[in-house]
Amino acid sequence: MTIVRISDDALALACGADEVAAAFVAAGCTVERVSSRGMHWLEPMAEIGGQGFGPLVPADVAAVLGRTSTKAVGRIEEHPFIARQQRFTFARAGKTRPLSLEDYAAHGGWQGLARAREVGPGATIAQVTESGLRGRGGAGFPAGIKWTTVAKAQADRKYIVCNADEGDSATFADRMVMEGDPYLLVEGMAIAAHAVGAQKGYVYIRSEYPHAIAKMQAAVRASAHLVAPFELEVRVGAGAYVCGEETSLLNSLEGKRGEVRAKPPLPALEGLFGKPTVVNNVLTLAAVPWIMANGAAAYASVGFGRSKGTMPIQIAGNVKHGGLFEVGFGITLGELVNEIGGGTASGRPVRAVQVGGPLGAYHAPSDFHLPFDYEAFAAADGLIGHAGITVFDDTADMSRQARFAMEFCAAESCGKCTPCRIGSTRGVELIDRIRARSGRAPDKVEALPQMHNARKVERSLADEIVLLEDLCETMKFGSLCALGGFTPYPVLSALRNFPEDFGAASAREAAE
Amino acid sequence: MERLNQIIAAHAGREGPLLPLLHNVQAEYGHVSEEAIRTIALALNLSRAEVQGVVSFYHDFHEEADARPVLKLCRAEACQARGVDALAAALPDQERVRIETVYCLGLCSVGPNAMVGNKVHARLDAARLGALVETLA
Repeated sequence: MTIVRISDDALALACGADEVAAAFVAAGCTVERVSSRGMHWLEPMAEIGGQGFGPLVPADVAAVLGRTSTKAVGRIEEHPFIARQQRFTFARAGKTRPLSLEDYAAHGGWQGLARAREVGPGATIAQVTESGLRGRGGAGFPAGIKWTTVAKAQADRKYIVCNADEGDSATFADRMVMEGDPYLLVEGMAIAAHAVGAQKGYVYIRSEYPHAIAKMQAAVRASAHLVAPFELEVRVGAGAYVCGEETSLLNSLEGKRGEVRAKPPLPALEGLFGKPTVVNNVLTLAAVPWIMANGAAAYASVGFGRSKGTMPIQIAGNVKHGGLFEVGFGITLGELVNEIGGGTASGRPVRAVQVGGPLGAYHAPSDFHLPFDYEAFAAADGLIGHAGITVFDDTADMSRQARFAMEFCAAESCGKCTPCRIGSTRGVELIDRIRARSGRAPDKVEALPQMHNARKVERSLADEIVLLEDLCETMKFGSLCALGGFTPYPVLSALRNFPEDFGAASAREAAE
Repeated sequence: MERLNQIIAAHAGREGPLLPLLHNVQAEYGHVSEEAIRTIALALNLSRAEVQGVVSFYHDFHEEADARPVLKLCRAEACQARGVDALAAALPDQERVRIETVYCLGLCSVGPNAMVGNKVHARLDAARLGALVETLA
């Protein structure tokens, strides 16, 4: 009996994996539904005896079984996309059935938790601190320090909150952990709870991920006896992007509007229901079991500068070989886009690459030398965020992308702080005028004699661009959280790296 | 009303019950009515304004009933890079299906993507998206 492995994660299903699986069953094969390898351009992909075939449609099944398929890609483990990776968090990807406790244990599962229980809370936190693990949600805050703060806080109740509100475009690593290896996240949260003395954990998953929600709920139920007395519960978001911000997520969990809280107090001291709370991203918590099982030194030996360990990088957008690529920090952006991603799917030249989701900067190919590292990207006026990379070809209009960044901020702003709530709407209007090259005459109110400070002469295109930069400055430094604070990254980077799309040349001529 | 009270009772004693409760109500009735807001506020000892504020904050909750089938089309950057804007512009006008914009379904390497109920669809082109809308209408 031929055993065929096909992923059952949402991406494979969206590409038609169920139909392909049914065709293999009809042909007399045993189909095992496993996690995704992360080679998304090959989905739906079938793996038979280590050999990969994809992307398949049901009609391909006969040729695959007859070994005459033109869609064979050879041994998966030797495929350059897989062979170049260092998979710590995604070590089990493609190898286990997501909800099988047996498979999880057979592939190294629960070893990290066992080790944490053996060495005790203090030594567990020490391991996490020494590993250099930084928050994978985007901020890059050292996980060990956050855990230490919560561990030292005195309270009758503490919480572990997993931020699985993965709303950034071009990111799907959290989804792949939850759909492909849900017990890994359970184990990571149990280790965190053991380390800081928490009784209860919440996984806050966005409602756009129904498959991840179902898998996590099943995994939490099936593994409850293994993590007891720690209790886990899955909570579902309600379509608000801003709830990926930790304090707004906490408000949402409490049943309130997902508005951002001012810090301090830090959530580590006064978090969920006012109790000390560890809020970590899925990837942060999912990195912990490996660190505990293999040691902090092994993890810290990989990486670049102050960015230790591996990062599951998500290659998306207009790219030929999109998918999940976990590797030590330090790989360059150019390698990721051109060598691993294979350039654009459309075959046209790469024009821009947005790194870090909707709040990340747009980089031109002249930035392709940048190593993937928190500090290197910050120095280049960018950020790595949740490590999503969106590739655009030369048909992209960057002033339109800048407008979208403002529009997105306006749609998703929680409304608590003025720069984000109002600045984003004014930003859309301003970029519309820049795109129309229209300039702006003083309106009726501005022309009134009592409006002493209002501008009395028409704004030129060059003036409008200065105004946009000024607005971005206000949003960057005046907003409460990263939504308003980081929206200037895509806007200003588009303006600076692609000035021709904003009519900057004509503006300069006009000024001269 | 009885069903609403059952839903409220099912969430009694939970920490922060409002969001899961509203999800249930939205799923059961297709919207969260003023009547439901009143009842929930009373049961949870919240003001109506507090419950109303939560309902209006989140994109998933609707105060008005709309029985049409919904297609959620991802319009975020990765799908833009793969041409979703042209697809959306080419969608024929029709009133029987509600086309909602979502920002990201997490399938960013195989877009443009859409979701109907819990079923996701990737690698959409004009023909496939049109056919999908057609099956709903």
